[in-house]
Amino acid sequence: MKPAPFDYARARSVEHAVELLGREGARLLAGGQSLIATLNMRLSHPSLLVDINEVAGLDRLARRNGHIEICALVRLAQAERSAELVQAAPLIARALPHIGHPAIRNRGTIGGSIAFADPAAELPACLLALDGEVEIVGPAGKRTVKADDFFQGLFETALGPCDVLIAIRLPAATRDNRVGFAELARRHGDYAMVGLAAAARASGTKLADVRLAFFGVGATPVRARNAEAALAAGDVEAGVKALAQDLGPPDDVLATGAVKKHLAGVLLRRVARQLNEAPP
Amino acid sequence: MSAHEITLTVNGEEVRETVEPRTTLVDFLRDTLGLTGSHVGCEHGVCGACSVRLDGAVVRGCLTLAVQCDGHMVETIEGASDSGALADLQEAFRTRNALQCGYCTPAMLLTAAELLAAGGVPSRAAIREHLSGNYCRCTGYHAIVDAVEAVARARAGATS
Ligand SMILES: Cc1cc2nc3c(=O)[nH]c(=O)nc-3n(C[C@H](O)[C@H](O)[C@H](O)COP(=O)(O)OP(=O)(O)OC[C@H]3O[C@@H](n4cnc5c(N)ncnc54)[C@H](O)[C@@H]3O)c2cc1C
Ligand code: FES
Ligand code: FES
Repeated sequence: MKPAPFDYARARSVEHAVELLGREGARLLAGGQSLIATLNMRLSHPSLLVDINEVAGLDRLARRNGHIEICALVRLAQAERSAELVQAAPLIARALPHIGHPAIRNRGTIGGSIAFADPAAELPACLLALDGEVEIVGPAGKRTVKADDFFQGLFETALGPCDVLIAIRLPAATRDNRVGFAELARRHGDYAMVGLAAAARASGTKLADVRLAFFGVGATPVRARNAEAALAAGDVEAGVKALAQDLGPPDDVLATGAVKKHLAGVLLRRVARQLNEAPP
Repeated sequence: MSAHEITLTVNGEEVRETVEPRTTLVDFLRDTLGLTGSHVGCEHGVCGACSVRLDGAVVRGCLTLAVQCDGHMVETIEGASDSGALADLQEAFRTRNALQCGYCTPAMLLTAAELLAAGGVPSRAAIREHLSGNYCRCTGYHAIVDAVEAVARARAGATS
């Protein structure tokens, strides 16, 4: 199908975008890999698209004070090619190849993937597992929101209608950081049936600060807090059992909740192995 | 809803046209410029038939608006083919029967060319993964992977 008519404006700066987004029916356009698909299917009907693709300075990825900052317009493929990212955010580097296909990643953006907040998407779960934060500019200026507070409901985030997500910030990986990632999808590039992004800190022979973020199991990426505690205590099987309290995945088009619950346990065992392995 | 005047480079030539914001890049190329080598399938990013190069990177023509390409550079199968840069790949597709109806072929060529441009000889699994977003309803993919692999080997041999 073809989109219904709308107006189009190119934002010259983040502030200009915020101003344009104040107009009736305005919607921000980044990589368009989710938004334009919904326009074509006439699932959304904005009256104005505010294109941020030409805003200068939003395509940077840089290390700063123990953090890595990835600006909103960094393309998924650009991040994939970044040696800096592999070093500072190995979890993101592992997750990226699972997102769609190369042509989607050439255009889709880091900011768009986080802002869209698809419950089955990889990056929101990674942001949550890494205890990252989101930097936002809105009508009242700049603010920072922790990942734990950012994802609020189905496709619902802390972003207001006139807000622009300008960057995500993650603690840069250190020697004792451990990450794990696994997902199950019927075909490569599809959204996952169930996935798990995880981070921890090696402390002697044990794991500390375990953060497990499941995706494809609810309205938002979900932390499995009881399983986190079990993994920190060194008991993976108790972790698998604890998922019964942590997760309540509803049925969806890909699988029933019961199947998802079972698969979550399978993934937890795989990821626990990754977390317990020292990196080369 | 106001129309926009855009100026862009298509296959090396400057083009100036007026477009409605809702016109996708692939519709613009086909309907306004008559470049019908780029095809339209699903119109939501899944089949890959509409893939073209935007500033050198292969993107979905159905998930990019023509108006977004103002000031940018687009290359389609027509331009890539005329330049001769794909000649060995096209020949390999022909000799290995890597196309039947041809609907997927222009985008398949551009997508495969992007992988080949990275150099080396990718594994068959890597070739399949790179082409995973391009549907072919005829060939069963095997012959396509054969063709891409053959070209990668030939190019690697030719340069080493
Ligand atoms: C065939 C196909 C397969 C895919 N498979 C996957 C997959 O496996 N996993 C996955 O995670 N994704 C997948 N995607 C989605 C893809 O990753 C999208 O690119 C991404 O989710 C959205 O990023 P975008 O830059 O394209 O955003 P857009 O489509 O431009 O925008 C999406 C939404 O986010 C808002 N938005 C975007 N950027 C900002 C910002 N900076 N500030 C505030 N709001 C913003 C927009 O207003 C819009 O509502 C797939 C897409 C396709 C077409
Ligand atoms: S028509 Fe664009 S991906 Fe199918
Ligand atoms: S040759 Fe017919 S779709 Fe590929």
